[in-house]
Amino acid sequence: MDKKIREPLFHLVKRDNLPRSKRVLIRMGAIVLALLLCALLTALTTGINPIEVFGSIVSGAFGSTRKMWITFQDLSVLLLISLALTPAFTMRFWNIGGEGQVLVGGLATAACMICLEGKVPSAVIIILSVISSVLAGALWGFIPAVCKARWNTNETLMTLMMNYIATQLVSFFIIVWEVPKGSGKIGIINQNSHAGWMPSLFGSKYMLCIAVSLAVMIFLYIYLRYSKHGYEIQVVGESENTARYVGIKVSKVIIRTMLLSGALCGLAGLLLVGSINHTITTTIAGGQGFTAVLVSWMAKFNPFTMIFSAFLIIFMKRGAGEIATTFGLNQSFADILTGMILFFIIGCEFFINYRIKRSEKHESKGEEAC
Amino acid sequence: MLGFLSFIPRAVGQGIPLLFGCTGEIVTEKSGNLNLGIPGVMYVGAISGVIGSFFYENSLNGRPLNGFLAITIPLLCSLLGSFLMGMLYCFLTVTLRANQNVTGLAMTTFGVGFGNFFGGSLIKLSNLDVPTIALSKTSAFFSATLPFASKAGWFGQIFLSYGFLAYLGIATALVVAFILKKTRIGLHLRAVGESPTTADAAGINVTKYKYVSTVAGCMIAGLGGLYYVMDYASGVWSNDAFGDRGWLAIALVIFTIWKADIGILASVLFGGLYILYLYIPTGMAHMELKELYKMIPYIVTLVVLIITSMRNRREDQPPASLGLNYFREDR
Repeated sequence: MDKKIREPLFHLVKRDNLPRSKRVLIRMGAIVLALLLCALLTALTTGINPIEVFGSIVSGAFGSTRKMWITFQDLSVLLLISLALTPAFTMRFWNIGGEGQVLVGGLATAACMICLEGKVPSAVIIILSVISSVLAGALWGFIPAVCKARWNTNETLMTLMMNYIATQLVSFFIIVWEVPKGSGKIGIINQNSHAGWMPSLFGSKYMLCIAVSLAVMIFLYIYLRYSKHGYEIQVVGESENTARYVGIKVSKVIIRTMLLSGALCGLAGLLLVGSINHTITTTIAGGQGFTAVLVSWMAKFNPFTMIFSAFLIIFMKRGAGEIATTFGLNQSFADILTGMILFFIIGCEFFINYRIKRSEKHESKGEEAC
Repeated sequence: MLGFLSFIPRAVGQGIPLLFGCTGEIVTEKSGNLNLGIPGVMYVGAISGVIGSFFYENSLNGRPLNGFLAITIPLLCSLLGSFLMGMLYCFLTVTLRANQNVTGLAMTTFGVGFGNFFGGSLIKLSNLDVPTIALSKTSAFFSATLPFASKAGWFGQIFLSYGFLAYLGIATALVVAFILKKTRIGLHLRAVGESPTTADAAGINVTKYKYVSTVAGCMIAGLGGLYYVMDYASGVWSNDAFGDRGWLAIALVIFTIWKADIGILASVLFGGLYILYLYIPTGMAHMELKELYKMIPYIVTLVVLIITSMRNRREDQPPASLGLNYFREDR
């Protein structure tokens, strides 16, 4: 053959198992690079010195005791939603309907608070809102799960549509309950009686969310790691055929896992309405249902690592929010920075999974390695 | 009660952004890439066009716009913006083989943030003394109709009352349908989406096909954003106004079972559903019902999704390798 075969200079080889320390190092490197780029971008748009940018970000997140508590509270809510989505992701069920599941949970809480005020004691309202929000979230997870299990319906799009149905449902009830009529919003529910407001824990109104999300984190770690259910979820995630072969009922696992996932999202809705905002709007979840997907993925579905990834997102969000406010810029600045960090983290996975190898020169035209 | 005659043009106006997004996503998905970043890409396409024409309009200081430049500048800016987004997605998923769902969601976060940030801060950043981003002069060029359209009666109102981007959208969908169905390039592209291993063995450059189709898909989708802001919204940018249309466009791809020509009718139908609530009488006492009627497009999508999955016909299935990255040495 006299046609010259051009060989590529490099080729990729899959890596088996990179030591943990190296994996962490690569990810940290990516985050540092991303932060540097963010600082550069901020410096270009606002004209402040790049080192000051980090100062502003830190002071935005931790500048005062109140800011710090709010940072931790936001962190715990995002962590809770990410945790809620994790069991579904572990079995490769792309539940991007966290937003809707949180919303219906919040709606159920608001319904209990509004309809039962003055009729039953506050403690009963709280118990009923816990039950109803968990059930509502579970229902929102159940519908796509059944369709997936029975007809293999595309769960990504289905959960997405469920989000919008939930949003419209909330805006319907907002108009039904609006105070005063015609204002298009509800305002603080039970402002005077505080009926149905979640109690504060350890003397701080922020502690409840933090405690709940930590409890859920430990529960999920044990559930996914050491229980039979968790094992079944892992097997279904790896291969549905294998799962079927070893006698796991795949449809049952899908439905059960999504019930859990939806219920935990509903719990997040309960906290958002009952403990943090005491009102409901269509944007109360604030896109965290989508962010949570990324948080959960960044942590490689490990509940404990999720604290760090959620912290990174919240930290940047609060910090960039501070910069945006100071310079009269739009709050979406945070989304741009978050997006850039995510791109770096997504990109760096490549260096963990693959090795770039210099191709050796083939002298003989023997069989092509494949 | 508004008449049927006024309903159709508005439904089409709502449908065209969906059509662009849907056509773009069909081209993308045919190569096996599930790009969930389309909503972000459409935002970037819209704001890039807005930025371009904002600087062009303001550089003239009130002098009349040159028609050719007024259309070319935003068009090229928009294409460039979505081109870059497409390249980013391809670099991450094709070259670096990152998870497509996650990359897409990150692109949506980034793109929507990018659009809202520059939409909200453009005036502040450019130090120009204007109250709002209202590009009505540029918009006039984009929404210009044929001169005799208004005289052609009902025919003119239904078929001729749109700006040139609307016809471009329909033409693109037809061309894409033709390429996918009838040409060798289309055959190769479908092969890449169905089984990259086989395509690779047959000597098709998988990486090249994935790159070109995904980037082209993004550029088509970006035009949907441009149409929305320049024509439908008369050149006025308001944050989050574009809303969830990008996600609906992705849902439309399934609705049309990956056929771009069906997309034309389907997107007009969805555009109609999107504004149907304006035409259902509720009476002043029950304004809340309108919010329930706004659910209709989503519920219809949901039902269609379930029905297509229940019927489970072989020719209605997504490309077999959709959402999976191709690595030659995998087996």
